[in-house]
Amino acid sequence: MIGLTVNGVAYQLEAEPDTPLLYVLRNDIGLNGAKFGCGLGQCGACTVLLDDKPVYACLLPIGALQGRKVRTLEGLGKDGKPGPLSQAFEAEQAAQCGYCIAGMIVRAQALLEANNRPTEAELRAHMAPNLCRCGTHMRILRAIRRAAVAMGGGVQNVAEQKP
Amino acid sequence: MSAPARPALSRRGLLAGGALVVAFSLGGRALGQDGKLPGNLARSPLLDSWIRVDANGRITVLTGKAELGQGLRTALIQIAADELGVAASAVELITADTARTPDEGLTAGSRSLQDSGTAILNAAANVRVLLAETAAWRWSIEPEQVEMRDGAAHAPDGQTLSYGELAAASSLHVMARPDVPRRKERTLIGHDLPRIDIPAKVNGGPAYLQDLRTPGMLHARVVRGPSDGTRLKEADIAAVSDMEGVIEVVREGAFLAVVASSEWRAIKAMQRLQEVGWQRAGNPLADTDIRQAIRNLPVAEQMPIFDYPGPPAPDDGKVVNATYTRPCLMHGSIGPSCAVALWEDDGLTVWTHSQGVYPLRKALSELLRLPLEKVRCIHVEGSGCYGHNGADDVAADAALVARAVPNQPVRLQWMREQEHGWEPMGSAMTVELQATLDKEGRIAGWQHDVWSGGHNARPTSAGGLLAGLEVDPPFPRQRLRPLPMPEGGGARNGNPIYALPNARGTFHFVEPAPVRVSALRGLGAQMNVFAIESFMDELARAAGADPVAFRLDHLHDDRARQVIEMTTDRFGWSKRGTGGNGRGAGFAFARYKNLAAYCAVALEVAIERDSGRIEIPRVTAVVDSGEAVNPDGIRNQIEGGIVQSLSWTIHEAVTFDSAHRLSFDWSAYPITRFTDLPGRIDVHVIDRPRQPFLGTGEASQGPASAALANAVADALGQRLRDMPLSPERVKAAWES
Repeated sequence: MIGLTVNGVAYQLEAEPDTPLLYVLRNDIGLNGAKFGCGLGQCGACTVLLDDKPVYACLLPIGALQGRKVRTLEGLGKDGKPGPLSQAFEAEQAAQCGYCIAGMIVRAQALLEANNRPTEAELRAHMAPNLCRCGTHMRILRAIRRAAVAMGGGVQNVAEQKP
Repeated sequence: MSAPARPALSRRGLLAGGALVVAFSLGGRALGQDGKLPGNLARSPLLDSWIRVDANGRITVLTGKAELGQGLRTALIQIAADELGVAASAVELITADTARTPDEGLTAGSRSLQDSGTAILNAAANVRVLLAETAAWRWSIEPEQVEMRDGAAHAPDGQTLSYGELAAASSLHVMARPDVPRRKERTLIGHDLPRIDIPAKVNGGPAYLQDLRTPGMLHARVVRGPSDGTRLKEADIAAVSDMEGVIEVVREGAFLAVVASSEWRAIKAMQRLQEVGWQRAGNPLADTDIRQAIRNLPVAEQMPIFDYPGPPAPDDGKVVNATYTRPCLMHGSIGPSCAVALWEDDGLTVWTHSQGVYPLRKALSELLRLPLEKVRCIHVEGSGCYGHNGADDVAADAALVARAVPNQPVRLQWMREQEHGWEPMGSAMTVELQATLDKEGRIAGWQHDVWSGGHNARPTSAGGLLAGLEVDPPFPRQRLRPLPMPEGGGARNGNPIYALPNARGTFHFVEPAPVRVSALRGLGAQMNVFAIESFMDELARAAGADPVAFRLDHLHDDRARQVIEMTTDRFGWSKRGTGGNGRGAGFAFARYKNLAAYCAVALEVAIERDSGRIEIPRVTAVVDSGEAVNPDGIRNQIEGGIVQSLSWTIHEAVTFDSAHRLSFDWSAYPITRFTDLPGRIDVHVIDRPRQPFLGTGEASQGPASAALANAVADALGQRLRDMPLSPERVKAAWES
């Protein structure tokens, strides 16, 4: 049995220790946010926060996570309300197929928690590990900028304004 | 049947109304022209195939098209609710399901609003008028006196009858009429209604087929060689039969899959089975550059694309030639393909993200040797597909596994390496262009030749599915056919929109291609537009003309001219700097298929000399999609098409050795990242109320690719004609 806290809830999990965290989150705990994209740590669709740092859930064996704290997209809200990034993504209509979006939101959360006044270049560099195939990137950036403001900061040196 | 619950869709029953059929007579401006039913209403003319209203006034709209992340659900609800005179929230939409919705073929070719949107618009107008007629009959007044709004009929004296009451006294099981006028005002069409699918997608709701989970569901993985053209050596099945959690190893001929109690156990068993290694099936690839292979292979069929008449070009004209190429490209869905299948009562239900549930049903019924009515395919949204990816193949894989473990739902998802290795790619292509300029610098002759593998291997038979070629006995491989103009496949957009005299085009169709190819977003349009719009710049240069003015000199289509002029105005084309020293600007334009949306793109580049990396400070695009149902949805599609096709044009090429595909993951097939993005992209939508909807999803890829090539040529003074315009090629061009 492995003890793990996910979104503030303590779980005792029976999965084999080599099981990647992603399968436990999706199939044992029943969360939808983190997605299987590559299983190789190359696309970021499975991104979750491990002790506030963005990690690839598809690579992390559950056996290495005894006593650790994990947050997923579902755990970023408060009092039943979506978190500021989810709200901003909705406001900016920042999705097409949306399969990558949960990972995008979680990675952006890590940035804005650490620094809610990043420069545009820092924002883009921070988001670079996550892939989107629909080409929704410009809206994703707009949504993160909007969330940065909602979180009391704001992205600096933005070249793009709304048309 | 004890089917798994379907996310986001209720399963409540649908009602048709009573038996009273009301005749109606109408005046005013008609939707249909020439007495023909518009869009796919012609294929399914009964109103209740599209729209049902129950006695409580609940409205259900049915479409045979599917949500692919393009915003289809929202747009169709807008259309239906607007025309019915109800709130968007009053409409429930059911998408592609072989047991419930009309057969609308494929969700492809940017045709959904043209085919299904037009059908629903006209069906909704019919239903509204039919209900108004019922109300008029009840009140003994003229139908013109009835006002239909807010889900009710309103009489001049203030009486009302709800749509539910009216539906209970009407039948929608009647033929649609082509001459029904639309409502006068637009309440939802033309507005940026927020997408109804986005809240679940940004909050972790069950939004995808991949999220479909049900108690007792088993997990399966298919076991294959690393890519198309390979096969696994003799697998050691005994080695996995005893592995913990393994329930069944399914083997039918060369088809091999493993079923387990958990997903991770299925993956581990799959990995164990793959350890045996693989070999090439058939001859090695003679040419590992597939564009070269396709140029060298015998042509199966040669077809004229277009023939514009005109006098022969003058002998003393200036002749310009150029050859443009594109490598094989991948769809590269972020989520590998997935299906859930249930075998029950000697029949099969498959939850699939295929773009064509009806054709898939036919192929599966052949594969499983089942009557059609024993197979049901239900579309549930998956990761974006951008054409024919692994969706149909994985549905067949799941179906074969489900038959081996009856009465238990089975979920089968491909691994990343399987999606990259086996998806049918967009074909490599070559275009040769030759034109003659007369003394005035006008085009006096034009020849377009395009070589390509097929662009439509979508399954319509078991031999169009990977599993169909693996079972024993295997089904005959489904042959690819060239798609006829005006839409075309490899020839798509090979016919220039420009008014050219003495101009011809020929499509050289290569089948079979040496590698697995099928429909990738836009089919041949991206390559043909890339070539034509690059060539127009080359000709303008040879003629000493401004590239945009040169185009306008050869263009008579007013809407095309407006799109171009608005683009250059918004971009500031006349104020751009002189190109050179790594800085440049480029422009390109096309009308998708010459019958869908018009789109022009202008952009700026700044090239890093040391690396050859292309920076794109800004992009401006203008699109005319006819009546703009949801302008923000159109902007989203155009922005996405620009970013995706800039990725194709700068970063992407599937590579091969003589045995197999080498692009087996994202490290071997890099695509654009946030650090590669343009500084900004501005998209302007021209709305044309009451004009036909023009497909938009594939309108921007050709213009964006060509605008980039034109900007790079402006920046370097050197033309790059082979995609991708990679940093290595750009750097080499600068240094030469």
